[in-house]
Amino acid sequence: MTAAQVSAPVVSTEPVGAYQLITLDAPAIASGAEPGQFVAVAVGGPETAMLLRRCFALYTADSATGRIQIVVAEHGPGTGWLVQVRPGSELDLVGPLGRPFTLPDTPGAAVLVAGGYGSAPMFDLARRLRAAGSAVQMVVGAGSAERLFGVDEARVVADSVVVTTDDGSVGVRGLVTDMLPGLLGSPGVSTVYACGPMAMLRAVAGLATSYDLPCQVAVEESMACGIGVCMTCVLPVVGADGRTRMVRSCVEGPVFEADRVRWKDVGTLPGDVVGADAMDLR
Amino acid sequence: MATSLAAVTLGNPVLTASGCAAAGRELAPFLDPAHLGAVVTKSVMLRPRSGRATPRMAETPSGMLNSIGLQGPGIDAFLAHDLPWLAERGARAVVSIAGGSVGEFAEVAQRLVGAPGLALLEVNISCPNVASRGQVFACDPMAAADVVRAVKAVTTVPVFAKLSPDVTDIVAIARSCVDAGADGLSLINTLLGTVIDTDTLRPVLTGITGGLSGPAIRPVAVRCVWQVHAALPGVPILGMGGILTGLDALQFVLAGASAVSVGTAVFHDPSAPTRVLAELRAALAARGFPQLTDAIGLAHREPHR
Repeated sequence: MTAAQVSAPVVSTEPVGAYQLITLDAPAIASGAEPGQFVAVAVGGPETAMLLRRCFALYTADSATGRIQIVVAEHGPGTGWLVQVRPGSELDLVGPLGRPFTLPDTPGAAVLVAGGYGSAPMFDLARRLRAAGSAVQMVVGAGSAERLFGVDEARVVADSVVVTTDDGSVGVRGLVTDMLPGLLGSPGVSTVYACGPMAMLRAVAGLATSYDLPCQVAVEESMACGIGVCMTCVLPVVGADGRTRMVRSCVEGPVFEADRVRWKDVGTLPGDVVGADAMDLR
Repeated sequence: MATSLAAVTLGNPVLTASGCAAAGRELAPFLDPAHLGAVVTKSVMLRPRSGRATPRMAETPSGMLNSIGLQGPGIDAFLAHDLPWLAERGARAVVSIAGGSVGEFAEVAQRLVGAPGLALLEVNISCPNVASRGQVFACDPMAAADVVRAVKAVTTVPVFAKLSPDVTDIVAIARSCVDAGADGLSLINTLLGTVIDTDTLRPVLTGITGGLSGPAIRPVAVRCVWQVHAALPGVPILGMGGILTGLDALQFVLAGASAVSVGTAVFHDPSAPTRVLAELRAALAARGFPQLTDAIGLAHREPHR
């Protein structure tokens, strides 16, 4: 669906572990939004000196109530302002943006891997997968207990859940990827979805490939506009023609087929990228 | 609120800015490109260009640095896909062209001759000249003039040179471009800046330097428009640099701009160009201007006593 720019009233805002869960009244965005899509939020108010929108995956988007929810991790002045926003005030939102996750053509067993608040889009995805007849296993991990998001909900929307923390404060001590060799090798597993930090996505992508499983990832590249005009959120992705281009994660992503992303080249300009030969002076 | 840029009449004076609106299509959910004075497209070069490695962007106070590296599809794809889309929607196109050599500028301009919807060429001379070890054309009056002359020789539409503020004397560069045949000037391009990450202890941008844009540079831009209009009052100016509101746009008009481009504001507010247009219209009416042209350069005149 087409993106809309709306002024959305804040319905509620509450801390959840290390994060802030913000609920907004945004019917134009809620209707037709799909898991993996995101919203771009203006921060700092009308006289802000922070011009760039902050992008957040939709945690929920309910067309019946017209409400959406986002999960905000504070890590700078923009998100610092956002977590202080009170109910009744309004946020300037653009969305829904980006390409969502796609469901498999035939039901199977899906493994959903989430790191930190990267779990946000995975619950709606899990619900849709199960509604379409797939079994869902979730692996939810974070650095520590308070940086996990949605473990209780995962137990509702998934058939099975594995929790990991780096410090062992909850669940298995270790990384989400430590759990995957066992899971991905299980009989019947047919597809993998992942959202979280780039290093995690790269590791998940590698494991999915080694088990010959299709894998979709939602990337977190820093964006300035979210709508495809600024060209800052690019990464090297192999196209259907086999050639690599610097593609915008906001409009051609944030969901990519994991085996199309040249993970080890993210943040570089490989010489065989289309148009790299024209960069005479770098 | 009609205005004109050299021989081109525009329905209104608010345009997008090069590099801030792609080729218009991405803004379609938020505004009708045909309702703008024109869409200024991202600089196009002869060949496809990948642009630089990331990070390409850093937010700064009331602005941002970008170091995209002129990523683009090249003139063939631009002519096949981008320009026709604008023409089909009745939008006017100001095509920004770039090159690493005088010859590349001329070749891109040549390829655009007769292209549908093309109203004007904006020559982005703030790119490195391969022949002078990467010094940008815009910093050398002779090199800037060479580009303008070469483009003028092949095209039939008005040619505007987009100048860099990172020069000792912008009037000298402006004069050199006009003497070489430029029909007008776009003022200003970004200013070079650097941000260093105090955690990694290294520059944020892969390119080390990036172009600073946004409201942070607005006074610099208004000053450049002022100086060039004072020196060359007959030369039409397309003003840009940190315009967020209609009153910002009015400053440029009063300093001497015949039209304005809204750039970085689009990242903050994708409907900014149409909002700025409405605000500018209201601001002119509130100040009793029957038409925009009455306000162009007005700030240079002695106030009535």
